[in-house]
Amino acid sequence: MRCVVGIDLGSTTTKAVMLDEEGVVVGRGITNSRSNYEVACAVARDEAHTAARFAFVERAAQALDGPGAELARQKLDELHGAFRLELFLAELEALRVTMHASLSRSFVHRERRAELAPAIGAIVDGIRERAPADFLPGAARKSDFFRDLAGAAFVAGAEARAREGGPPFEQLVGVFDRAILDVETRRLSRDIPDLLRRASARVWQRDEGAGLPLRRALDRVVESASAETLEEIVFVGTGYGRQTLPFPKEAVRSEILCHGRGAHRVCPGTRTVLDIGGQDTKAIQVDAGGVVTSFQMNDRCAAGCGRYLGYIADELSLGLHELGPLALQSTRTVKVCSTCTVFASAELRERLALGQKREDILAGLHRAIMVRAMSLLARSGGVFDEFTFTGGVCNNPMAVKVLRELVAENYGAGVTINTDPNSIYMGALGAALFALDDLRAGVNLVTPAFAREAS
Amino acid sequence: MSHPHDDPAGAVLARARALCEDMTFAEVRAWKGANPGRLVIGHMPIYSPRPLLEALGCLPIAIHGGGDQLEIIRGDSYFQSYICHIPRSTIELAVSGRLDAFDGMLFPSICDVIRNLGGMWQMLFPEKYSAYLDLPQNFDMAVGGRFYAQELRRIAGELTARGASALDQARLRDAIRDENARRAALRALDEVRVETPWLIRASEAYVAARAGGLMLAREHTALLQELVARVKERDAQPYDNVRVVVTGSFCEQPPLDLIVALEKAGCDIVDDDFMLGLRMIEGDIDEERPSGDLLDALAAAYLERGAATASRYIGAGENGAALLQKVKDCRADGVVFAAASFCDPALLDQPMLEAALGAAGVPFTSFKFAENTGQFQVIREQAGAFSDSVKLWGAA
Amino acid sequence: MSQTKPSENKAAKDASQDRQKRMIAGHFDKLSRAKEEGKKVVYTFVPGNLVELITSLGMLPVLPEINALQSGMRKLSGGFINEAERGGHSEDVCAYVKCDIGMMKKGNIGPTGLPLPEPDLLLLSYTGCFTFMKWFELLKQHYKCPVVMLHVPYQSNGEITEEMRAYVVRQLVDTVIPALEAVAGKKLDPTVLADTLARSREAEHDLVKVWESAKHRPSPIDGYFGGVYYVGPIFSAFRGGEDAVAYYRELRSEVEARMASGEGPVTPDGPSAKERYRLVVEGPPSWTHFFDFWRMFAREGATVVASTYTRVGGLYDGGFRHDPERPLESLADYCLGCYTNLSLPKRVELLERYVREYDADGFMINSVKSCNSFSVGQLLMLRQLEERTGVAGGFVESDLVDPRYFGKANIENRVQSFLQMLDARRQRSAS
Repeated sequence: MRCVVGIDLGSTTTKAVMLDEEGVVVGRGITNSRSNYEVACAVARDEAHTAARFAFVERAAQALDGPGAELARQKLDELHGAFRLELFLAELEALRVTMHASLSRSFVHRERRAELAPAIGAIVDGIRERAPADFLPGAARKSDFFRDLAGAAFVAGAEARAREGGPPFEQLVGVFDRAILDVETRRLSRDIPDLLRRASARVWQRDEGAGLPLRRALDRVVESASAETLEEIVFVGTGYGRQTLPFPKEAVRSEILCHGRGAHRVCPGTRTVLDIGGQDTKAIQVDAGGVVTSFQMNDRCAAGCGRYLGYIADELSLGLHELGPLALQSTRTVKVCSTCTVFASAELRERLALGQKREDILAGLHRAIMVRAMSLLARSGGVFDEFTFTGGVCNNPMAVKVLRELVAENYGAGVTINTDPNSIYMGALGAALFALDDLRAGVNLVTPAFAREAS
Repeated sequence: MSHPHDDPAGAVLARARALCEDMTFAEVRAWKGANPGRLVIGHMPIYSPRPLLEALGCLPIAIHGGGDQLEIIRGDSYFQSYICHIPRSTIELAVSGRLDAFDGMLFPSICDVIRNLGGMWQMLFPEKYSAYLDLPQNFDMAVGGRFYAQELRRIAGELTARGASALDQARLRDAIRDENARRAALRALDEVRVETPWLIRASEAYVAARAGGLMLAREHTALLQELVARVKERDAQPYDNVRVVVTGSFCEQPPLDLIVALEKAGCDIVDDDFMLGLRMIEGDIDEERPSGDLLDALAAAYLERGAATASRYIGAGENGAALLQKVKDCRADGVVFAAASFCDPALLDQPMLEAALGAAGVPFTSFKFAENTGQFQVIREQAGAFSDSVKLWGAA
Repeated sequence: MSQTKPSENKAAKDASQDRQKRMIAGHFDKLSRAKEEGKKVVYTFVPGNLVELITSLGMLPVLPEINALQSGMRKLSGGFINEAERGGHSEDVCAYVKCDIGMMKKGNIGPTGLPLPEPDLLLLSYTGCFTFMKWFELLKQHYKCPVVMLHVPYQSNGEITEEMRAYVVRQLVDTVIPALEAVAGKKLDPTVLADTLARSREAEHDLVKVWESAKHRPSPIDGYFGGVYYVGPIFSAFRGGEDAVAYYRELRSEVEARMASGEGPVTPDGPSAKERYRLVVEGPPSWTHFFDFWRMFAREGATVVASTYTRVGGLYDGGFRHDPERPLESLADYCLGCYTNLSLPKRVELLERYVREYDADGFMINSVKSCNSFSVGQLLMLRQLEERTGVAGGFVESDLVDPRYFGKANIENRVQSFLQMLDARRQRSAS
């Protein structure tokens, strides 16, 4: 199958979307951004590639019939988990090696090396031991990014060690912090057919009682999916880090154009797009064909962006995802005028000291942020039907509720407001659509270096 | 402050405050309904020749932005983040329909922001009257005075063409008399503040003065006279506060709670430039002129008796001399600089004023605000520390 | 510009550019010797400058705005601004003022490395910008020298009235000329002034021809990034002098030769890429990142065919010329007619005219934090201009000389998005 890939290198996450020649999405991938942009792009692309393979697996499984077919399909979730577990374990081993190497080089740790090395080994063994449970179907993982998963597990292990009289917590975590940076700037090769086979073996190991027909059926699925070719022809990149995107110049598109086009593709009635990400807010107007006609971005001040909500969450010791639901409980919105990130904490403390309720203050903060977004929208030309809200903040239910109210107040009740669970991929989707244009026009047929080295 | 029901001045202050806080301008609408055909003319802060507007049968309404209660939705979309707040709220008032009863707006030459706001008005509300009032920076009656009188005549003519009464010397004289009476009433109020600051808080005097921008001079005089009479009935005792002059808030206004916060931090504000517009002319406007043209009286009053402020060129004089005189006249212990964020005139003026105060040994402190500032903790602490240090160390 | 990288000086390789460099060096040299030679020095501003009156009386002008922008280009402005802010100036206010004050505190060394003489007079022509007034009040406090104010009324109704002109002329006669004469120690000779104004007129005529060359395809000039070099002499100390006449004659013939051979403008990286976009620009450049900013356009083949910033020191393509027959009236009209003294509706009209007459594909607004006179209302101008012309507008935010306000990634993002949007719109209308 011939494919095109769009990659959106953002300030916090890097996204990839893969389309077939008909423009159908065959895979999406996401990873955390990191100092090495090339690796971030490569990992996102690998994730999309993996997703595409699993889509093939799903499709092959749908076509199965005969004994065991139904059961095989039920096993797919388990297979997926096992696959991710294999990836995790491979990275974990790389991390183990890196930590030991860094210990042996470090002068700082020379005196404690004898103590630190076995402790680290034991922590990693512990993570390894507990990992399979995290990847069972239905297990709740807080993140799919290796850095987050391994970090949380390592910190827990280091705390336990330190409590039991092992080496100091700070030193253990210090070794991890240095090593993870190193691991994250390297790219692990990802042999998907091999990983699939190992994952499949792991599934049967767990479930030795299952019948041979079922096992055969699943193996057939895996093999046929592995055999299918995935030829990536054109890449287009976009995103906040565009200046340093590891792409040739002609394969780079503005994120404004990509976001506008992606949102228009997902919701074809879209005329206005609001995207609130971690670092910036964008108001975009598109025409009936998804072509951007006007746009506005916030200036250097990050007030009202996702980052601001992050500060607020930290100040209240809450998770980012808890803010919206808590604010929804408000019965009396407090009036907040400033959305200045610098003053956020001080203002919050002052209001709490005045006896105002958390949920009421949060409701006010959400309103202040969305009022600011309304102003950016007005600056770009207004809100037209249909209106599509994208970016990380669109997953916050209070933000969506306030936005609906404000749009109704200022532009009437007739505006359809779309949000989409895949909105984080809008930029990458738009980039992929531009790549598809290039493929069809036979121009800029670009494969960047990281993709040529790929599996 | 005593409980409103026991407070002899409670009722008059409540009336003034309600007027200031009404961003729907209900009383203006009511006036318009009761006076069909007459014009309501808004004007931006610092200084506008209100007697001229009154003489033309217009109701002049001072617009000081939207305060801290107005939610800015569309107003922000016209301004970059590095521009002060007053044009945002002023545009918000207009695009939200709150100024529908207004027939026009005057934009006196305060700064480039207000000047360009006037241009935006021309583009956004072409059906409304809008004029830029180029206050002269040449203070020679034969040069700047002549130009300014011509400006006033032009504006009068344009308003007459839109339905205002024609310019009439007798009516202008009456309006000047009303304005002079208002100035006398304001002076009486100021005297209470300076001599017996415990009888009236600056925040109260502020509300009473600000209400005057929303009514005819004659009504304001009555309000002020009543207030002065009532506060003298108050049974209040002197506080151990420091006496300060607040300066720099001549255009965008601090939220009322900020003024209250300064007072609670131990400052008696014995003078300020909050409502500069109504106090711009120091002394009376002439009620007769040798030329027979009272536009010359308005011009001479501005040129010769206009208060020193950041947007007025200080020719031969020293920047800061007027502030020092003010400190002396009202026996202040120190100065609080309170400028709106991004206010070019105030903030460019401030280093010169600070230098003058420093040379004269007058203590000062400074902070910035926006009309919708919602937090006063830092300002309260800063003002408290300032007042304590002035008390402890004297005016050293 | 002596400290800019060699590659960034390619723009200045034409003979006219060499001439301009010699003129500037000569002027700063004269300034450095002014005190010992007993020459009087007058500080004044670019918009509404009365340089013909100053030079006709044998005095030397200094333009603090030009010093500030030069400090910006030489990456010195950030330090000067810090110096001023340490001295109590607010972060919020105009960075030109702070840059000048910081430079003054650091010894007042001019752009060629020679010290600038202190002013004998501050000629405060109050044209199109309030901050000028505060700026010279601040300098007055430092230098303790006389100031003379010329209040130039604002064209709020989009026209110069007889009253406005008479007011300015009266101030010239009553106040400004006497103050200049008192410092110069002699009377203004009307024939000297008339000859000077005749030379101003000649240079202005040639400059207009240079601007109009951009109507040609491809444009032989960049009317913004290149344009700021072209206005150098006429906006500063040289208008009315023989040097300026020679410079503009030479520049015009160079530009006409480039036009005849179908060449595009010269860019920081040599000859320009093929002209792909014709733009009109509103707002001043960011001097601290001038070449970075220029490259964002030049690399994409975006040529600026007309700009308003290059009209702040005189709006000559509207027909105005200094006039030896009406010396004082024409000086008044000059001051009244500078770009930032126009009302916002008039500014929109002028931009609309540029978009149409220069057949632009789009327009870009660089909104600078320091200059409220320019910036307030630009977001409305953007909308109005889009509606009137049907071409797309772009909007970036930065500052004149405060490097803290130049977010390179953000600005590049906006510029590229804007240019790609023009492409997408073009493709759509072609299909």
